[in-house]
Amino acid sequence: MSSFFSFSDPNVQMVTLGVMLLGAGAAIVGCFTFVRKRALVGDAIAHAVLPGICLSFMITGQKHPLWLLAGAVVTGWLSLLFMDYITHRTKLKADAAIGAVLSLFFGLGILLLTAIQHSGSAQQAGLDKFLFGKAASLTQQDVIVFGLTTLLVLLVVFTFFKSFKLLAFDRDFAHAIGLPVRLLEFVLSTITVLSVATGIQAVGVVLMAALLITPAAAARFWTDSMQRMTGLAAGFGIVAGFFGAFVSYTAPSMPTGPWIVLLLSAIAVISVLLAPRRGILARWLLQAENSRKMLAENILKSFFSLSAKKEAISEADILEARPFSVTGLGRGLRRLQRRGLVQQSAPRTWQLTETGQIESRRVVRLHRLWELYLSHKLGLPADHVHNSAEAMEHLLTPEVEQHLLEELEYPVLDPHDSAIPYDIKTDAP
Amino acid sequence: MTPIIETHNLTVSYNRRPVLWDVDFSLPEGRLIGIIGPNGSGKTTLLKSIMGLVQPDSGYVKLFGQSLDEVRTRISYVPQRESVDWDFPVSVREVVEMGRYRRANLLRRLSSADRDIAADALHKVGLQDFAKRQISQLSGGQQQRVFIARALAQQADLYLMDEPFAGVDAASEQAILQLLTEMKAASKTVLIVHHDLQTVRQFFDWIVLLNTHLVASGPVESAFTEDHLRQAYGGQLTILSKVADLVKERHFPVREKPYKDRP
Ligand SMILES: Nc1ncnc2c1ncn2[C@@H]1O[C@H](COP(=O)(O)OP(=O)(O)OP(=O)(O)O)[C@@H](O)[C@H]1O
Ligand SMILES: [Mg+2]
Repeated sequence: MSSFFSFSDPNVQMVTLGVMLLGAGAAIVGCFTFVRKRALVGDAIAHAVLPGICLSFMITGQKHPLWLLAGAVVTGWLSLLFMDYITHRTKLKADAAIGAVLSLFFGLGILLLTAIQHSGSAQQAGLDKFLFGKAASLTQQDVIVFGLTTLLVLLVVFTFFKSFKLLAFDRDFAHAIGLPVRLLEFVLSTITVLSVATGIQAVGVVLMAALLITPAAAARFWTDSMQRMTGLAAGFGIVAGFFGAFVSYTAPSMPTGPWIVLLLSAIAVISVLLAPRRGILARWLLQAENSRKMLAENILKSFFSLSAKKEAISEADILEARPFSVTGLGRGLRRLQRRGLVQQSAPRTWQLTETGQIESRRVVRLHRLWELYLSHKLGLPADHVHNSAEAMEHLLTPEVEQHLLEELEYPVLDPHDSAIPYDIKTDAP
Repeated sequence: MTPIIETHNLTVSYNRRPVLWDVDFSLPEGRLIGIIGPNGSGKTTLLKSIMGLVQPDSGYVKLFGQSLDEVRTRISYVPQRESVDWDFPVSVREVVEMGRYRRANLLRRLSSADRDIAADALHKVGLQDFAKRQISQLSGGQQQRVFIARALAQQADLYLMDEPFAGVDAASEQAILQLLTEMKAASKTVLIVHHDLQTVRQFFDWIVLLNTHLVASGPVESAFTEDHLRQAYGGQLTILSKVADLVKERHFPVREKPYKDRP
């Protein structure tokens, strides 16, 4: 392990860098696969490169990376053509075509792999690494060839980023403004096949789709911009590549692919949980914030109706007026106290501060304005508007309030003939 | 005056089944033109073949008296709203700026003049405050207006719009109609696939009635007649659709020789 971290071995350095590059390349190309909803196609291509690799080894009798790459690209592309042909020329749907092509090519690949192993060829030892990946077994020559290929792929993506984005979003429009869509699709497919063929060096055929798609899927959670999504996915791919190399050197008996996939899945899970706005945590926090706000405003409303008779109000009075939970009420009151809206006048007895009075009037005003709006403008009967107002009073913003006031021409009474409480400054905090 | 669009014996099929059959018409410049016909009558296909997105089996289309490739920058195409994935990671502004994409500027960033034109188009459809939003955070009517803004940004002379009024509320409909009227005043031609027969007289001054074959093409007053509507919407096409099925079943060519009767 120490030799990995010190990076003293130039070979380790080179392989680690190379695998990081492969990860970035696959992740960036995978972003387009992802937004074009071609994840399954990516998986099929990954499986389809196996027979190509085996064939190239059988024909050339050696494991030169250029020949392996050539073989991989040929069968990868063939699988694409097959899928296209099946979906366009038969009644089979895309998923069936993908499944059929994937199993056909992968089955063929396994067959060839077995044949090679039984032939007892001296150099075959490395080939089965293509199934689950083995970063540490890459030679310098491998790293140079695959690294340069990835750089080429990245160059193409950066040059044509705008066109690819338009193509993925709206192909007909791209076609209509005269983009060479067929050529662009051909280029995009080719770099997908290339990055799959290089990526399997790290993760292997079986789990390659994860290196292609998972970074994009995770990145999508964090941003709504294709550019930022691509950058973020590249980052995830680099981390995955580094981790893969690390595992491969420190635990030589382990296949690299599954570890990389585990790490990527962890990143995806974290994204699902923590991403702003879309993430589960963010939504949960928002909901918690909503219910805190509702509780506080409901307490203020109870104060409003109770303070008509007396100033100091006991918790028992409140509980009688409205069915709060006892602990909820206590928590809500303490929070209102911290915000300076209520103060304790005696044990378990509270009264509104001046700002608290303004705030309580605001909530009641919103409630009554909304009731009035529903009954006057939307023609709902007066006894049907209360429940909607119970929810909306917490949501309406000062701008909406202003609109309501203008639309209703500063009304005096609500539909139940209660006065609508105004302040001099209607939009007090 | 040369017609702005001329289709000549246009025949188009999907999987060998003809969906447009010998469609032949010429459209004048500077009008709001409605393409009307029942579901599946080939309206979308007609727009797509005008834009070269589907290849005709026979016949040709001429635009401004020229071929499509010569006049491409003068034409703008607004696809049906459902044709794209609105969850795609792009903002409203980015979509409108796509209207400034040209073959020539694809490898560069957009110029600031281009970006101003896009911003202006967004303003025209009243969505300037939504520029930064991701496109799924818009209502259906707003999404439709984003597409129209993209078309406006193209600054074309001929606009082909596929159902811009579908799923749009009355307010958005008025806003879009207002834009169309302004475009007509600027002597642009707008071709619109439309579904609501009630509003045809109000919106258009020329219509093309379609049901696989051309039923009528002409000024609204003379073409939008009960008789033509019955032909387009009534069930009188049973023979035509039977023959279309036969063509598909027997793998029969729609023309004896596979020729393209280009001028
Ligand atoms: N890609 C396609 N492959 C096969 N058939 C198609 C394809 N697109 C359309 N069709 C068929 O061609 C016919 C005409 O379709 P088109 O979309 O042009 O109709 P439309 O008039 O636009 O209908 P709508 O009012 O529903 O939009 C229909 O019968 C449809 O099923
Ligand atoms: Mg249509």
